[in-house]
Amino acid sequence: MDQLSLQLPFGLTVSLPNLVWIPVLPLLGALMNLVFGRWLPKRVVSTVAIGAVGLAFVYAAALVFGPLFREFQAGRGGIGITQIVYTWIEVGSFKAQLAFRLDTLSAVMILIVTFVGTLIHIYSMGYMAHDPRYTAFFGYLNLFTGSMLILVLAANMPVMFIGWEGVGLCSFLLIGFWYENDAFATAGRKAFVVNRIGDFAFLLGMFLLFWATKGTDVGDAGSLDFASLKNPAVGAAYASQFWGGERLAAAAGILLFIGACGKSAQLPLFVWLPDAMAGPTPVSALIHAATMVTAGVYMVCRLSFLYASSTTALIVVATVGLLTALAAAFMAFAQTDLKKVLAYSTVSQLGFMFVAAGTGNWTAAIFHLGTHAFFKACLFLGAGSVMHSLEHEGSTTPGDIMTMGGLRHRLPLTHITFLISCLAIAGIVPFAGFFSKDEILGGAFSVHPPGWPSVYGKFLWAGLLLGALGTAFYMWRLYFLVFAGESRSDAAKQAHESPLTMTVPLVILAAFATFIGFIGLPHFEHLSLPHPLAHWLEPSVTREWYASGLPGVQEIEGHASDGTTWLLMGVALLVGVAGITGAYLFYGHGPSKTVERLVEGHGPLAGVYEASSHKLWFDEVYDAIFVRPFKMLARGLFEITDRFVIDTVAVNGTAFVIGIFGRISRWFQNGNVQRYLAGVVVGGALVFFMTDCHDKPTFTYKVSGNQIRLHAEPGSGIEGANAKIYWDLNGDGQKDLDTASPSGLLEKRDVTAIGNVGPITMWIVDPITHKEWKVTQTINLNANAPEAQGAK
Amino acid sequence: MSNLVWNIGYGHFLVLAAVLFLIGVVGVLVRRNALIILMSVELMLNAANVTLLAFSRMWGDLSAHTFALIVIAVAAAEASVGLAIVVAVFRGRRNVEVDRLTTLRH
Repeated sequence: MDQLSLQLPFGLTVSLPNLVWIPVLPLLGALMNLVFGRWLPKRVVSTVAIGAVGLAFVYAAALVFGPLFREFQAGRGGIGITQIVYTWIEVGSFKAQLAFRLDTLSAVMILIVTFVGTLIHIYSMGYMAHDPRYTAFFGYLNLFTGSMLILVLAANMPVMFIGWEGVGLCSFLLIGFWYENDAFATAGRKAFVVNRIGDFAFLLGMFLLFWATKGTDVGDAGSLDFASLKNPAVGAAYASQFWGGERLAAAAGILLFIGACGKSAQLPLFVWLPDAMAGPTPVSALIHAATMVTAGVYMVCRLSFLYASSTTALIVVATVGLLTALAAAFMAFAQTDLKKVLAYSTVSQLGFMFVAAGTGNWTAAIFHLGTHAFFKACLFLGAGSVMHSLEHEGSTTPGDIMTMGGLRHRLPLTHITFLISCLAIAGIVPFAGFFSKDEILGGAFSVHPPGWPSVYGKFLWAGLLLGALGTAFYMWRLYFLVFAGESRSDAAKQAHESPLTMTVPLVILAAFATFIGFIGLPHFEHLSLPHPLAHWLEPSVTREWYASGLPGVQEIEGHASDGTTWLLMGVALLVGVAGITGAYLFYGHGPSKTVERLVEGHGPLAGVYEASSHKLWFDEVYDAIFVRPFKMLARGLFEITDRFVIDTVAVNGTAFVIGIFGRISRWFQNGNVQRYLAGVVVGGALVFFMTDCHDKPTFTYKVSGNQIRLHAEPGSGIEGANAKIYWDLNGDGQKDLDTASPSGLLEKRDVTAIGNVGPITMWIVDPITHKEWKVTQTINLNANAPEAQGAK
Repeated sequence: MSNLVWNIGYGHFLVLAAVLFLIGVVGVLVRRNALIILMSVELMLNAANVTLLAFSRMWGDLSAHTFALIVIAVAAAEASVGLAIVVAVFRGRRNVEVDRLTTLRH
């Protein structure tokens, strides 16, 4: 195992497998800042934080372009590099290793996470410069980066779940970062709770997968390791019948997808993301645009073999993605908060990615994930830069786009980068979004998973096209309202460009948003254009439907002629241009009278506008269906369980009962020794007289043949006192004689009677008091009971 | 009857011990003076000794003598500690009436 050692002061050496260092570096930064940060100057804090993530990036790049690239060239890009740190849990057939794997898929993710993460860390240095909890912010940001890296590098599902929960925690901490504001703290809680719902389903899906695969004949079955889950030998388990005659892969896939819906803000669990804009803007850029929210997409692509095994799961993923893309695009129309528009845009774009994943177009999903990370991070950071400058000029509502306008002259760099990103998201050639979005659209149009309704792909394509039109429109509405026209407030008139720490990351991100699209040029039959990304990702995702060696295996491929491809690209571009033109017509010179007339009061679109600005009343419906009943239930449980059962009965009741006993026993304990002793004496006497310690005298016998062997049991108390025992064996009622004994009577403990005799009597005489006890038994010599045992 | 009186057997010793013990118990229970109570306790201990020796004789086994000796030793220790306490209490309170020494109540 390749190790990398770190020499620490005091002669300490830390040696870890080299993959582990990638998540560990940011986690160390977090540890340092969260524990010691309060005693360090700001400059050191930010250097540590940025250094940790930056180093992680450099190291990740070195690993990806070094060892992994060699593996890739050797055709082992999907196997990649696996490093096991130790066995984490081992119970029965369940064995979870703390293991990390770098394959071509996770390589893309770690590069995005660390690179965008580094830029956003640098940006935060300027954006958070005056925040009193500067240190905590960088600590959380590092913690997030570390968790996200664990998530993407995980070699099995339990480790992925650590990262999954870790990013959820950091999301909560960072959304509620300014928790003095109640609404912000509530937003953080909401994100956490909604994510928990998804996480629960994720866990169930994980359990189901474990249950299905534990008995399979694969190397480390029951480890939930992605490599063993991917093994074709497990395919039969995915294809086995489960609920409702569906394949098991459908149930597992849908459960895991619900988890992805929570994390990646899909319908119906997207409601937390718009509220999450309460967090500082770098957080929105890093967590709620570029990285964490894409974890769901990553997970689906990581489990591509599972989803490819179930038509139902794919159709669910694609449909939810499409509905989310459309609904979120619709909701973005009427938002007046800069970051809210971007939030809905993120939800919508994530929907696009899920449509790609749902049509088996894994590369396109990851491609769009990557390009989206760049242009959406750039948009968010640009929005942060705008708000930062307005806030400085005393605006009380720095996010309200209705008070902006004309900022293109005052924030030139921010303007240019924002413009580039808007072009990218609208899908204008040659910016990054064009290529990735086109690949998704083309895939939906031509890829046809087995068992799908024949026109479903076309339906998805048409829906996405509508979504793309909406995207171009609301993004350019945003652009025009912020940067074009005249300034509509004093603060906007006074605004000035942000510091270099903020603009440099913007420029870098914008550069990537421009050029990153060229790593995935469209595919033509007669024109060979390089698509290095698809080539690179191919080993890590499945290229077959039902990738299981079972009947029905077929290559995933789109069948589109070159003409169709050109046409699709043209249509997509046209839709983007149309959206931009529409936005220009309505908003090109600030909020227009036309729009106001349409949407206000009794205008024809007033209802639509209302629905959009209230995000289709999702929050209100959830409030009525879930939140209120749940609160009432909680209230009832509080009154009954807590107030009555615990407080009244258990706590006060215990005290009351003990009080009573105390009062009674106080009456006894009066300090008079003699009364205590009287108690002891009376108690002792009671024990003495009430205990039956007197065994009655008796004798036992054993019959063998015609002999009866008799044994005296004098009973307690007398035996020890040398009781005298006399016998009457011949049944004459008199003590038998024995000439051999000094008294002339038969005086023995054990005697033998011969022959069938009458009643036998035994006398026991107390040697001191000369009191006599007399015991008589009639013994029946029954031949049928050769060893009859005499009872008392 | 005369047999019972004049043939001194083990029963006589046991009855004697019981009577001694009862006198001790009654003394402890009814007398107020701590010194008398201590004396009564001695009576009870010695009643136990008598029983031990009677049974020892009955069984022809000397090991009960060991117990008796231990009881005597413990009784001596008890008496010395008890008397010391009584003296200490008397110094503090100028009386040793146990029904007035009830500070250790609830």
